[in-house]
Amino acid sequence: MATPGKVPILDRAMRVATGIVAGGALVAMLAIFVFLLRDSWPSIQYNGGHFLTGITWNIGNLYGNSMSSHNGVQAPAGATYGILPFILGTLLSSLIAVVLAVPLAVGIGLLLVEYLPRRLGDSLSFIVEMLAGIPSVVIGLWGLAVLIPWIGRDFGPWLQAVLGFIPIFRGPVGSGQGLLASGLVLAVMITPIIAATTRDVLRQTPRETKEGALGLGLTRWEMIRAVSLPWSASGIFGAVILGLGRALGETMAVLMVSGSAVNYLPQNIFSPIGTMAATIVSQLDSAMTDPTGMAVHALAEIALVLFVMSVVVNVPARILLSSAVRRGGDAQ
Amino acid sequence: MNVTWRRVKDRIMLALAALMGIIILVPVVGMLWLVVSHALPALSFGLFTQVTVGTGGGLANAIVGTFYVVGLGILIAAPLGIMAGVYVGEVNPGSSIAQFVRFTTDVLAGVPSIVIGYFGYVTLVLGLGWGFSTLAGAIALALIGIPYVVRSTETALSKVPRGMREASLALGASQTTTIWRVTLREALPGVVTGVLLALSIAIGETAPLLYTAGWSNYMPNLRLTHAPIGYLTYVVWTFINEPFASANSLAYAAGLLLLILIVIVNVAARRIVARSRMGR
Repeated sequence: MATPGKVPILDRAMRVATGIVAGGALVAMLAIFVFLLRDSWPSIQYNGGHFLTGITWNIGNLYGNSMSSHNGVQAPAGATYGILPFILGTLLSSLIAVVLAVPLAVGIGLLLVEYLPRRLGDSLSFIVEMLAGIPSVVIGLWGLAVLIPWIGRDFGPWLQAVLGFIPIFRGPVGSGQGLLASGLVLAVMITPIIAATTRDVLRQTPRETKEGALGLGLTRWEMIRAVSLPWSASGIFGAVILGLGRALGETMAVLMVSGSAVNYLPQNIFSPIGTMAATIVSQLDSAMTDPTGMAVHALAEIALVLFVMSVVVNVPARILLSSAVRRGGDAQ
Repeated sequence: MNVTWRRVKDRIMLALAALMGIIILVPVVGMLWLVVSHALPALSFGLFTQVTVGTGGGLANAIVGTFYVVGLGILIAAPLGIMAGVYVGEVNPGSSIAQFVRFTTDVLAGVPSIVIGYFGYVTLVLGLGWGFSTLAGAIALALIGIPYVVRSTETALSKVPRGMREASLALGASQTTTIWRVTLREALPGVVTGVLLALSIAIGETAPLLYTAGWSNYMPNLRLTHAPIGYLTYVVWTFINEPFASANSLAYAAGLLLLILIVIVNVAARRIVARSRMGR
């Protein structure tokens, strides 16, 4: 490589230009944070910590002249913005999704790498990738037309009868919209993401060690237990957190099956819920009618909380995954 | 331990894994069947020639709108993503700067699309006063797609044999010429796959467009700002909740068109990968 002084102008321009563009991701991240913070500032001042712990979301009386005032910021009379139900809805539906998706995804990953012959594996891979590509509104469509009636009529009552001794499975099933439907829809969405990453991580397991284990007389499952899974554990864990991050931020499919609850903490697995992402969409129309604009600022603050949450989840996931893949690279 | 029991356990685990593979087929087959069976009655020539009127009509505005917004988004995302990928994979690959860029790009890919949409709403729709518009939607989609182009470009570049670069440089070609005429050309299948992945994601997005592109019943015009635009995913979301059969069938028809587009893009990407493997 030439020394810096001898680099021709064209090359130097190319390096600078690509470098600037490459820095764009960081600029975008910072800009998202700064602009969301700026836009939600009035709401942060008005609500303080109550924003995260409050249960009531009420944009106030838009037709009166009186105003509520906190910390010098004004909002319509009686306005309170508490997003605890949305935070819980987001976390619980994502938790259900991860619990359901992990065994599915790891099973599929093992099928693809260890069990299925090449041809069959390729077909299953294609189907899993297709599922990952299906637009979330189409998955929501399926949730709305198929999943919700099934939960309301069959699965819900059955679950209640079998597991009703556990409090969270007790209570009215309702129409089928709610926490369980959201969790199922999210599980369908994140399974292909976790499965594809698990497949890639499992493929990095050194072949000699695997063959050695089989040569010692271990069965295939014992080989997987003793070699593949320990070797891939941190990578699979990273994939799971990646899936969790996706579930936390998913909007449309959840919006279509969650029941869009407000002012209501989930009571059991059948409760209607609202998630942070879904609420940003479902509340926009009513928020825009607020002449003080405080309701829109509060939505911006939800987006800000969601942004911070996604960064907190994705940073460890990426660190785990990159070290898992690097270790695989060294072994080859 | 008993040998038979170990064998049985092995079989049980295989059966469980196979069960997982079968379970995941249920939603895939279920979705295809649901959308196809409900959309077929709604398919007509008018779907492609008429615009949506109230809760009926056709999908012409949404189809053209999807191509317009998504196409513009990819036109923004592809060159920027490829440039960043070239920097990370070719100009400065081993450096800690590259590693940091890789990391931020991955984290950006994990930011929920609704957050990107809201960011576009605050900065472009309100901040710059563009209103709901094609360009605002396209930029939001580009932000979502760029990370995928960057990472695919980088991976593809890293697989180009080192000797090819050295041969080109030894012949007196500049680094820029080498990248443009040798390495990028060699890495093209991987780069195109990344762009197609971004395309497929952009086609299926809804939430960020609600906040940036808005919705319009009219055919899109060429105005980039101050004119909202229609797209297929909006039809699926809103028209399924209408109490009219005509609106519901439009939603399913839009869903079917989306699925067809996604399948075409995915199959194209697979073809490219398969062909480039055969060439080696």
